[in-house]
Amino acid sequence: MLPSSLRHFLFSHLRDYGMLLTLVAIMGFFQVVTDGTLLQPLNLTNLFLQNSYIVVMALGMLLVIVAGHIDLSVGSVCGFVGALAAVLMVEMQWPVLPALAVCLVAGALIGGLQGWFVAYLKIPSFIVTLAGMLVFKGLALALLGGQSVGPFPESFQILSSGFLPDLPAGDERHLTSLAIGFALIAVLAVREIAARRKAAALGSAAEPVVLFGLRLLAQSGALGALVWLMASYKGLPNVLLLMTALIGVYAFLTQRTTLGRRVYALGGNERAARLSGIPTERLTLLCFVNMGVLAALAGLVFAARLNTATPKAGLGFELDVIAACFIGGASASGGVGKVIGAVIGAFIMGVMNNGMSILGIGIEWQQVIKGVVLLAAVVFDVYNRRKG
Amino acid sequence: MRENGSTALLEMRAIGKQFHGVVALRHVDLAVQPGEIHAIVGENGAGKSTLMKVLSGVYPHPEYDGEIWFDGQLQRFAGIRQSEALGIVIIHQELALIPLLSIAENLFLGHEQARHGIIDSSRTYTRAVELLRQVGLDESPHTLVDDIGVGKQQLVEIAKALAKDVKLLILDEPTASLNEDDSKALLALLKRLRASGVACVLISHKLNEIAEVADTITVLRDGSSIATMDCRAAPPAEAAIVRAMVGREMTDRYPKRTPNPGDVLFELRDWWVEHPLHVGREAIKGANLNVRRGEIVGIAGLMGAGRTELAMSVFGRSWGRRIRGSAWMDGRQVDVSTVRRAIQAGMAYVTEDRKALGLVLHDSIARNTSLCRLEGISRLGLIDDVKEAQVADDFRRRMATRCSGVQQQVGQLSGGNQQKVVLAKWLFTEPDLLILDEPTRGIDVGAKFEIYSLIASLAAEGKGILMISSELPELLGMCDRLYLMNEGELVGEMPAAGATQETVMHALLGTH
Repeated sequence: MLPSSLRHFLFSHLRDYGMLLTLVAIMGFFQVVTDGTLLQPLNLTNLFLQNSYIVVMALGMLLVIVAGHIDLSVGSVCGFVGALAAVLMVEMQWPVLPALAVCLVAGALIGGLQGWFVAYLKIPSFIVTLAGMLVFKGLALALLGGQSVGPFPESFQILSSGFLPDLPAGDERHLTSLAIGFALIAVLAVREIAARRKAAALGSAAEPVVLFGLRLLAQSGALGALVWLMASYKGLPNVLLLMTALIGVYAFLTQRTTLGRRVYALGGNERAARLSGIPTERLTLLCFVNMGVLAALAGLVFAARLNTATPKAGLGFELDVIAACFIGGASASGGVGKVIGAVIGAFIMGVMNNGMSILGIGIEWQQVIKGVVLLAAVVFDVYNRRKG
Repeated sequence: MRENGSTALLEMRAIGKQFHGVVALRHVDLAVQPGEIHAIVGENGAGKSTLMKVLSGVYPHPEYDGEIWFDGQLQRFAGIRQSEALGIVIIHQELALIPLLSIAENLFLGHEQARHGIIDSSRTYTRAVELLRQVGLDESPHTLVDDIGVGKQQLVEIAKALAKDVKLLILDEPTASLNEDDSKALLALLKRLRASGVACVLISHKLNEIAEVADTITVLRDGSSIATMDCRAAPPAEAAIVRAMVGREMTDRYPKRTPNPGDVLFELRDWWVEHPLHVGREAIKGANLNVRRGEIVGIAGLMGAGRTELAMSVFGRSWGRRIRGSAWMDGRQVDVSTVRRAIQAGMAYVTEDRKALGLVLHDSIARNTSLCRLEGISRLGLIDDVKEAQVADDFRRRMATRCSGVQQQVGQLSGGNQQKVVLAKWLFTEPDLLILDEPTRGIDVGAKFEIYSLIASLAAEGKGILMISSELPELLGMCDRLYLMNEGELVGEMPAAGATQETVMHALLGTH
């Protein structure tokens, strides 16, 4: 029997732990039923590569959803930017860096345009971005002339298919990857300890020390095992580092900065935020610009991974991205949601995709199962909130 | 078959109603005779609307005390449909029409002229024409409700009531948003309905209108019926009605303070605002007012006088359009065109509706406290959580906010403590002028006194306070000076010392 304070804490933070435990349980389940294929170094690396663009977009989508909106156009924007990159680099033979810059700026402009309609003309984001979804899907087709365009220059492909270069060559394990991976895990642990100290100083309900220790140990152990496994294949993929850096930046942005705080206030009560002097329109616009840039980045990562821009690229991505945010605990009415939740949500979806594909489950049943999981997560949320 | 042996159409006996221990109705007796117009008057908060909600079944039996007799039978309404079935129809201040449906569709909403679920459009049309003729409304039944004015919408509501075979029509402030001509037409219609045998309960602030149509007046005060006056023989003097309305003596409900007004802090000159939805309708008409340092200035007015609208239009143009005029702080003209600029000019506006406009309910006390001035707890855009908690905790101590700690969600606090958080949030911006809109609405008596004391101490610090309130005793108890507002205009100004509720009420109603 757990002591009552511990039980009380667990109960009131059911959501936070529930998410992580769900991910671990799903991974464990597929690890068993796929006879250990899931966590094989090759598959694990692929898992990250396959989901990196969803995670990148989920970071932006979380901000949009927290601000009280939605963006249905991200899949199309993703495809459009991939097509733009192909036209610039393959057909027009632009060098990689200027092409990348133009693509990211294009994403910002697309986000800005849609955001302007939402923020200043007060047109519901659902409608604006539904229109955007159609428009950019069409423009991608037009750019590519209905054909796949590729291959990309090698220096561009590195974005997705490259791995962290290994200095002392010839070793069985990739030492640089190991070192960087473990350093990151150490930084994370130190930050958690610091955050816990601060929470105690603020007098907010701190996690009981037993629980904290266990969680920290489990979390570091799990991440360490992942790094260890991947180091035995080709090392850490570039895109994983990019993704990790972005997750760090956005977690920091949403939790520690005035900008992040204002977005939460905007989504939590827009009229109160406006009467508190928060520039709600500008902030909404900014969320969409940010979403556009991240969708463009995801489009580049995806194109680099396939090494070709296809008219079908990005199809349906918006559904996975939005589902990741909601599974991760974001509220459809705005003001609630965490970056780390959205990331875990994305991986829950990713692991299920990957595991079911390994098992050879048909795409039709994959869709059904993913839909049920999404609904279950949100129902659990609503139920939990009503009780609390 | 009459079981109560009375001739009254409606009799309400010893009605009482509590909300979680707060008494809204203490003891109300009301008897409405068939075919009479019975006016109910009382201050805001006297219990008029609650009484009508008890009558119409919005608060079902047995959530209230007392008995309701209608047509000689004891009634225990479980909901609004049961009272409507007997012919009791209530028309609320906010009209319950669907703007994008036609007049005819609205008339029969919920009681469609239909057979087996299929609407009979020709019957709908002919019945609608007939009903519109009865209320004297010259519009096609096909016109959208959105396309006709408020006055005509009011008539549609009454026609809708007639469609339900109304026996007792209850009108809550029917003329509050009508102009003079529309009001006259409405009153004439009420008289015609009386002639055809429909009894009517009229809730109104406008004593002149009541004098014109009412047969009987019942005065409510603090949840009790104080007096019933018969107007048929000799209409009672307005002074007598007003005295009955405000009656109570002032007791020690307000902190003692010695006002010490300094220089003029805030001035508003020739302030005009157009209604945001009705193009060409001036909602605020050339307001001029000033507030001195250390002074508490009140704006008195009835519901719909435009007090909140005035305050919000000043505070960052948060209400209205085509705003003209100038705002001055310490003798310099200031730019108040956005909320941020108004805050920078030294203003703070504590909203009337703290839940919808003041707080992010699912956020903590600390996060709500810092919201208006995140610069004060951050460096280079990085929030210092520790400093934020300290700031919030200082305010918590200063205001004696009752909570488990500043990390508690504000949604879990009581109304009075939520109001303290809103005040803390604005005090953190270090304003010179505080505009307080209904600062004690929905707060219990003890918390009210704490808020009053806080307001008094802010004035003593040299801040200017502009206070909007619908509770006259509160304004008289707290303020040094009062502005009187009526239909978008500041119609008078008086020192609060020496003013009584009667004099203010008379000045507001324009009866002297």
